[in-house]
Amino acid sequence: MLDSYLPILTLIIIALGFSVAVIVLSRLVGENKPSAVKLAPYECGMPPVGSAHEQFSIKFYIIAMLFIVFDIEVVFMYPWAVMFKRLGLFGFMEMGVFILILLVGYAYVWKKGALEWE
Amino acid sequence: MYDKLWLIPFFPLLGAIINGLLGKRFIKNEKVIGAIGTGMLFLSFLVSCKYFIQLLGDSVKSHQNVIASWMSVGKLQVDWGFLLDPLSALMIMVVTGVGTLIHLYSIGYMHGEEGFYRYFSYLNLFVFSMLMLVLGNNALVMFVGWEGVGLCSYLLIGYYFEKKSAGDAAKKAFVMNRVGDFGFLLGLFTLFWALGSHGVWTINFVEITENAHLLSGDMILGASVTTVATLCFFLGATGKSAQLPLFTWLPDAMEGPTPVSALIHAATMVTAGVYMIGRMNILFAMSPTTMFVVALVGALTAIFAATIGFAQNDIKRVLAYSTVSQLGFMFVAMGVGAFTAGIFHLMTHAFFKACLFLGSGSVIHAMHHALHHAHLDDDAQDMRNMGGLRKKMPITWATFGISCLAISGLPFFSGFFSKDEILWWAFASTRGNKVIWVIVVVAAFMTAFYMFRCLYMTFYGEQKTNPKAKDHVHESPWVITLPLVVLAGLATVGGLIGIPHAIDIAHVGNKLNAFLAPVFHHSQELYKIEAHGSASTEIILMVFSVAIALAGIGFATVMYMKDPSLPGKFTAKFPTLHRVVFNKWYVDEIYDTLFVNSTKKLGIFCWKGFDVKVVDGIVNGIAKLVGALSSVLRYTQSGLFTNYALTMVLGTVVMLAIFILN
Amino acid sequence: MENLVQIALQNVNMAAILPSLVLTCFGMGLLLINVFLPRGTTRHAVWISVIGLVVTGFFVYTGWGNPQYGFNDAVANDNYTAFFSVIFLFAAGLTILMSDDYLTREGYPVSEYYPLILFATAGAMWMASGTDMLTIFLGLEVMSIALYVLAGFFRGQLRSNEAGLKYFLLGAFSTGFLLYGIALIYGVTGSTKLTEIGIYLNAHGSLLENPMTLAGLVLLSTGFLFKIAAAPFHMWTPDVYEGAPTPVTAFMSAGPKAAAFAAFLRIMEYCFFSLKPEWTAMLWVIAVLTMVIGNVIAIQQTNLKRMLAYSSIAHAGYALVGLVAANEIGYSGILFYMLAYTFMNIGAFAVLVLAGKKGEDNLTLEGFSGFGLKRPFLGVAMTVFLFSLMGLPPTAGFAGKFYIFAGAVKAGYIWLAVIGVLNSAVSLYYYLRIMVYMYFRDAEEDYAWVSLPAAAVISIVIALIGVFYLGIIPGDVMEMAKMAIF
Repeated sequence: MLDSYLPILTLIIIALGFSVAVIVLSRLVGENKPSAVKLAPYECGMPPVGSAHEQFSIKFYIIAMLFIVFDIEVVFMYPWAVMFKRLGLFGFMEMGVFILILLVGYAYVWKKGALEWE
Repeated sequence: MYDKLWLIPFFPLLGAIINGLLGKRFIKNEKVIGAIGTGMLFLSFLVSCKYFIQLLGDSVKSHQNVIASWMSVGKLQVDWGFLLDPLSALMIMVVTGVGTLIHLYSIGYMHGEEGFYRYFSYLNLFVFSMLMLVLGNNALVMFVGWEGVGLCSYLLIGYYFEKKSAGDAAKKAFVMNRVGDFGFLLGLFTLFWALGSHGVWTINFVEITENAHLLSGDMILGASVTTVATLCFFLGATGKSAQLPLFTWLPDAMEGPTPVSALIHAATMVTAGVYMIGRMNILFAMSPTTMFVVALVGALTAIFAATIGFAQNDIKRVLAYSTVSQLGFMFVAMGVGAFTAGIFHLMTHAFFKACLFLGSGSVIHAMHHALHHAHLDDDAQDMRNMGGLRKKMPITWATFGISCLAISGLPFFSGFFSKDEILWWAFASTRGNKVIWVIVVVAAFMTAFYMFRCLYMTFYGEQKTNPKAKDHVHESPWVITLPLVVLAGLATVGGLIGIPHAIDIAHVGNKLNAFLAPVFHHSQELYKIEAHGSASTEIILMVFSVAIALAGIGFATVMYMKDPSLPGKFTAKFPTLHRVVFNKWYVDEIYDTLFVNSTKKLGIFCWKGFDVKVVDGIVNGIAKLVGALSSVLRYTQSGLFTNYALTMVLGTVVMLAIFILN
Repeated sequence: MENLVQIALQNVNMAAILPSLVLTCFGMGLLLINVFLPRGTTRHAVWISVIGLVVTGFFVYTGWGNPQYGFNDAVANDNYTAFFSVIFLFAAGLTILMSDDYLTREGYPVSEYYPLILFATAGAMWMASGTDMLTIFLGLEVMSIALYVLAGFFRGQLRSNEAGLKYFLLGAFSTGFLLYGIALIYGVTGSTKLTEIGIYLNAHGSLLENPMTLAGLVLLSTGFLFKIAAAPFHMWTPDVYEGAPTPVTAFMSAGPKAAAFAAFLRIMEYCFFSLKPEWTAMLWVIAVLTMVIGNVIAIQQTNLKRMLAYSSIAHAGYALVGLVAANEIGYSGILFYMLAYTFMNIGAFAVLVLAGKKGEDNLTLEGFSGFGLKRPFLGVAMTVFLFSLMGLPPTAGFAGKFYIFAGAVKAGYIWLAVIGVLNSAVSLYYYLRIMVYMYFRDAEEDYAWVSLPAAAVISIVIALIGVFYLGIIPGDVMEMAKMAIF
């Protein structure tokens, strides 16, 4: 039973060995001359401004969360759409209920003012 | 037809509940409370009469009335059931009849007492328990009554609970009764087990009687099963009926109100032991050993208590010792196989002793009022403060006198017939014994002596009451005197239902004997218990016992009427004897030393030596250990969620380990 | 693909999910109603929730004795589900009834509270009815997410925040274990359906031959034992129970615990019946550990919520004894015990809810001095609940413990029963201590702030009735519990 995992183990060992070897080699072989610019985080070519540990407004999170929730739920509709004809009326009603539940959530979010930026 | 038997105990129970629950807050009125208490019992009496008469005319003499199933354990089925046969019929008549009279009396006697409702509630509850005791068709229902009367006795002895002596007396009665109850239970278990080993799982009296023959030959602990069981039962009886060695609670029980003494500690509860032997007479008949023990204990108690009665000055204490002594007579009767005579004496004793107690109550009541009126705190119960009350309280005097004649056994009073039959059986029965006869005869002589001493000291001679109170003593109201008159009447003629064959000139026959025959005849026949002897012997003995009684009375007359200085001289001559008798043979002190103090010492040792050091040590040690463990364990609760997560992982690993190690 | 569609369509059976469906609809409806009403109005939510629970209860009742299976055997609405559903509904109902005035007092009259409890209850019902690992997991998540929010419901209070966060993080962690366990079991057996897993494991040899089954079983157990609050997965319990709003604590200690038991018991019996000797040995250790840790640490507690949290751990231990016994009495004993525990524990918490001042800093032993005499009704009620928690007759706790321990003895685990009884004896100490403070200490306060809102009183009275009913006539319910197990 465990034999079948042997390739995976081999892979892990090889991967680990390779990366360790690369790091160790570069330390041993390469030159090491750090400077302030070299140590600065890479920001796509822009010079970094201020600390990265900055507080974001909670609004971002709420919007992001709502986006993910509704976005993921839309994903569910793709397979449904593909099988729509075969699922027939029942499938249509099921999706209706699903949308209705989403709608309840949407109404709640809207009414609560979660979509308003100010 | 007999399906309303439950009404008999039901009415007193109802009365107890009504008065107990509503008496204090809602009814309040003494008259109403008294009427409810007495009325309920009277109803019960009427129902009893109905069934008694019905039973008289019925050819079948044993009827059971099951109202509900109580418990069903394995093969044992116990019901809430009642049994009406001649024995229980007679008992309910006595209990409800005398009970009603005493309730009526109590209305007058307890007038103005605080907790009047409580008194009637308890008294009704007592009658209910007593009726359960005598009517129960199985030993457990009887035991419920048995415990119930014990409880009510405790409550009523301690009625004046603010008095320490009353509380102590109540406790004493309860504890001593418990010792006896232990015997009762042991007997019941033995019997149950013994019958069960024959495949008969029952505690129903009828079935026990039917199957008792199975036990013959069974042995346990080197004795026959019936002997062991009946001795245990008899131990129960000695507790409840104040026999040697468990008699000392009864005189102390006089701390209760006088009607209570009359009802519980003279007429009914204390006779429960006698009744119980009658109920299980077949078992006792099977064991001559137990019978002899019963007779011997009875005889010794009779004479022992009588001697103490000589020297008491408290009127109620005299009566209390007299009761103990008379109960001894009854046990003698049961012991020599004169079951009918025992029950007969139980009944007549209920009449005359209740009358005596109520008479003493009437005197005490009068004395108390007089002394109270004169603002004196002389002892209202001390006979030395009385004397010459004959003129002041004629009805009380007359009834008290009649009862004294009855208890002394003067011819044609009720006590004569019953006592004489006991003496005859003690002398002539196959289970009888001449020594016991002698002891009982001496006790009978003493009885006559101390009862008349009591009568003379109370009602004759000069009135020794404090002059200030002297003229305030007067006769009690009708609610008190009416029961006295009725009871005195019964004490006079009550014996006529059991006229002995030898002097039955008019050929009326021994009615009681015939009536109770269905209950007792079987075992007497089966185990050859009978009184042998010619009619002439019987008559000679009868004359002899009358002579003895007259001698006792005469002796008392000489000492307390003709020459009142004699008792003093006698006392001076035999100071030690007097002191010993006056102090009740120091039985209480002996018990104190032997049992109470040694038990206390053992208790103190167990407490200080064992409990505090060993048990508490262990318990406290464990508690400390757990506490310490707790303090350590709580540090695992660091509050850091990473630690928690780590613990979870470790836990999972441990679970894996358990699997792998398995 | 065509096949799958056909299977999916054929197995639709609404009756199998009817009660939880109704409850969910009530929850969502209530959520919508809430947003269209002004902030701070909550009374309507109490009654709508209670009506919802009662209606759901009616559908549970009609489902009794009429098992319904559906959705390709992912859901079973059988007697087992029904019995547990009743427990959840009582837990939710009693909690909701005691909450309204409490929320107002603590300054959070927020009506979302009630739909959250309904959702948690629905999730619990799915857990009990799930016959597929994934249904159970789904139910667990629905329930847990609602509970995470509820635990941190007082968002201005540090303690409540801490409770919510800790519960969420550790809950997520445990869910990881559970999911991993499910995955491993799926890897071995190729199915997530409980019956199929059971058939496969029964047919394919012993556990130790395959470390993957073993790991799967252990990880799965970790997930559920966490929810049950069994040691050593109990660490979250005291912190969360103490910090969460008191009614939520009451609910968590009864409803979700029972739900975890429901799913755990079903999985153990459906999937791993062939490995009974192995997992009972493991649970034996867990049960003992749980009872000992719960009771022993409870002794040192002076905060009553925290004490009841440890007591709740101990009670999980008692119930686990029934699982170790793994026989009819043991299993039905768990069902009975969970119902009994619902009444007695929520009852006790209801008294705490009423006795607390704003902020609940007075819910300590000292703070209870003389409470019983000043507030006789609550005092007597608390006494009854404590007696029941101790396991004294004639209360539900006694009957429950009796059945559980009887099951253990019957299965031959005499020592386990002895340890259980000894633990009950230890528990007397801290329960009695509350009563000592309640009755034998002089009151320093007059408890004037304690009011008796009708709804909370109803909740306490129902709990009292439940405690006495189960204590005096346990036979009927025990018969039903026996009919409910497999």
